[in-house]
Amino acid sequence: MKSKSILATILLAGTILTAACGNSDDTKKEETTPKTAVENKKSDKALDKEVAAYKAFAIDQLDKFTVSTEDFVKAVKAGDIEKAKDIYPTARMYFERSEPIAESFGDLDPRIDARLADIKDAGQGAEDWSGYHKIEYGLWVDQTTKGYEKIADQLLADTKELRARVETVEVTPKLMVNGAVDLLNEVSTSKISGEEEIYSHTDLYDFKANIEGAEKIFTILQPSIKKTDAALATKLTDKFKNVNDLLAKYETKDGGYVSYKKLTKDDTNALSNAVDQLGEPLAQMGIILE
Amino acid sequence: MTKSKKDGVLHKKISRRQLLKMTGIGAAGLAIGATGIGGILSTIGKDWIAEDEAPPAKNSVNFYGDHQAGISTPSQTHIYFVALDVVVKTKSELQQLFKDWTPLATKMMRGEIIGTASTDMIPPKDTGEALGLDAQNLSLTFGVGESLFKKINLGDKKPTQLKKLPHFPKDQLVEAYSNGDICIQACADDPQVAFHAIRNLVRAASGRVTLKWSQAGFNAIAKKDGHSQTPRNLFAFKDGTENPRAKEDLNKVVWVQHGESKPWMTGGTYLIARRIQMHLETWDRTALDEQEATFGRHRNSGAPLGKDGEYDAMEIERKDEDGHLIVPNTSHVFLAKSVKARLLRRSYSYVSGVVDSTGTHDAGLLFISFQKDPQQFIDIQNSLGRLDKMNEYITHRGSAMFACFPGVRKGSYIGETLFSTL
Repeated sequence: MKSKSILATILLAGTILTAACGNSDDTKKEETTPKTAVENKKSDKALDKEVAAYKAFAIDQLDKFTVSTEDFVKAVKAGDIEKAKDIYPTARMYFERSEPIAESFGDLDPRIDARLADIKDAGQGAEDWSGYHKIEYGLWVDQTTKGYEKIADQLLADTKELRARVETVEVTPKLMVNGAVDLLNEVSTSKISGEEEIYSHTDLYDFKANIEGAEKIFTILQPSIKKTDAALATKLTDKFKNVNDLLAKYETKDGGYVSYKKLTKDDTNALSNAVDQLGEPLAQMGIILE
Repeated sequence: MTKSKKDGVLHKKISRRQLLKMTGIGAAGLAIGATGIGGILSTIGKDWIAEDEAPPAKNSVNFYGDHQAGISTPSQTHIYFVALDVVVKTKSELQQLFKDWTPLATKMMRGEIIGTASTDMIPPKDTGEALGLDAQNLSLTFGVGESLFKKINLGDKKPTQLKKLPHFPKDQLVEAYSNGDICIQACADDPQVAFHAIRNLVRAASGRVTLKWSQAGFNAIAKKDGHSQTPRNLFAFKDGTENPRAKEDLNKVVWVQHGESKPWMTGGTYLIARRIQMHLETWDRTALDEQEATFGRHRNSGAPLGKDGEYDAMEIERKDEDGHLIVPNTSHVFLAKSVKARLLRRSYSYVSGVVDSTGTHDAGLLFISFQKDPQQFIDIQNSLGRLDKMNEYITHRGSAMFACFPGVRKGSYIGETLFSTL
């Protein structure tokens, strides 16, 4: 039975309307927090070390992403389907870990990482589709690499361009805090539903990488979080462990992850809950930006 | 969580009028400055202030009292009902959960936001979709299920009455709409206010509870000469005509009296929820005469068959000139009235899209009844049994029972009697 959906739609519509209309005659007290300046120079300066550490991490990840993509492209062009399938999920993990940075290039991100559904949403056709997921389709559905050589070449070129342009990204503490939450949102909206890797079903690799990306940001910011709210730091440590312990149940002997298709509803429910439980305190990291 | 607690007690705002009342200062004292207020507050002590009664908010239902709101208080037009499973493992964690929920519930029932974040760099405390609306008569009703007592050691507090309902004829229950460790019933005259309340309570309990099942519902409550009429269900018949309303009646039917259940349940009641699918397509091709014979009442007036007024006595033994029962002995009302037991019905209709397998409306009734002993419901349901003509048009899909706490005293918290060492 299709339940809950109607109410959800009504509520959503209501919320959008409320937001759009503005509230001139609210009987309820509006939140009174004064708007803090978007760029808070003082706290930005205080977190210079953290920002530098995160940028170094992102660059390292994208270095490795470029190397793995090179191997992947080689395998595709050599027609070695098995090897390409092998490299595919692990190569993508470097990208997924650094997604807050990689995403900042609105043109490159879809060229590398778009799913067919994203292309269609944008009103384009399958012919406009490129990147990892198109080759994923070739490997797992078409079961061939023939005809995908050009896509592979383009992927490598885009990857290299991404790596080069990362140097120019201005990393801020705010980008880090919001990025960590975004990584979790990615997990909640597409990985947990198996909609990221619909042909290879390697969603748990991306899942793990997104969590690692968020955890890296937490680790870097941990000292300043501790200073502001020690209990929050402890809670985050606990909740990250909770998610990681749960994910460990699905690890395979070779260090990879089981297919998404092997997960039961109870499994995805438990994973989703663990991510939501982590998300609430993670969103509180913003207190260090005060 | 520590922050929201702080908001609940320390940041509680008091009106100038109350302050004057408290301190005995007359109109001349109006010039009290901010520092003056602070000084007075510190001498009185914060606990006392937390218990001070705020003036009634617009369209609000009182949170405090001998009994929880949302049971014998007037029905609102919308419900959002949720069953939760607990993640917490100990009695003290569970107790803390209800303590944390209490100030949120009182604020939302007064139509206030639940708190304000310290900075815009973190998500707002209140999710905000009820901004601009008053309390809309929001009521929040809390209860605990049998399964809770298996997960958390509460000693010998589990009432014998709180157990799984027996299987009834034609039950087609699915776990996805059944049971749960905790229930929260949010009723309001606006669907978004009801949902907002549940959303914020669940959010504040992140990591401590998970969603088990939920159901939204609505009621059309017509007004006649300023009086609220008994709501009609989706079969167009009035639902709740025979509800107990007088205090004495409520004590007989609904409220657990001293010695009738575990001591912590005195003043409380048992809630039974049934998600009943109603096959609207079959109903709509049934002749009016047959529809009325199914219920045992006239559709438009709600009167017993053969009578004129909704509240006329049912008198199921009445016979016509030929000696036939006027109210058929297979009608819903005849069978329900064949046993002594009574209930307080507080049901809501639901529509939830389309049934995948049949292409029909997924619609029905979120049946909710309150009774001091679940046996009252069991007796009636058993009497309906296989005979009830209504069976042709309905299927019971979900089932749950919860023990609803007695009301909350000022300065106390939801469910305190369960945790205190009575």
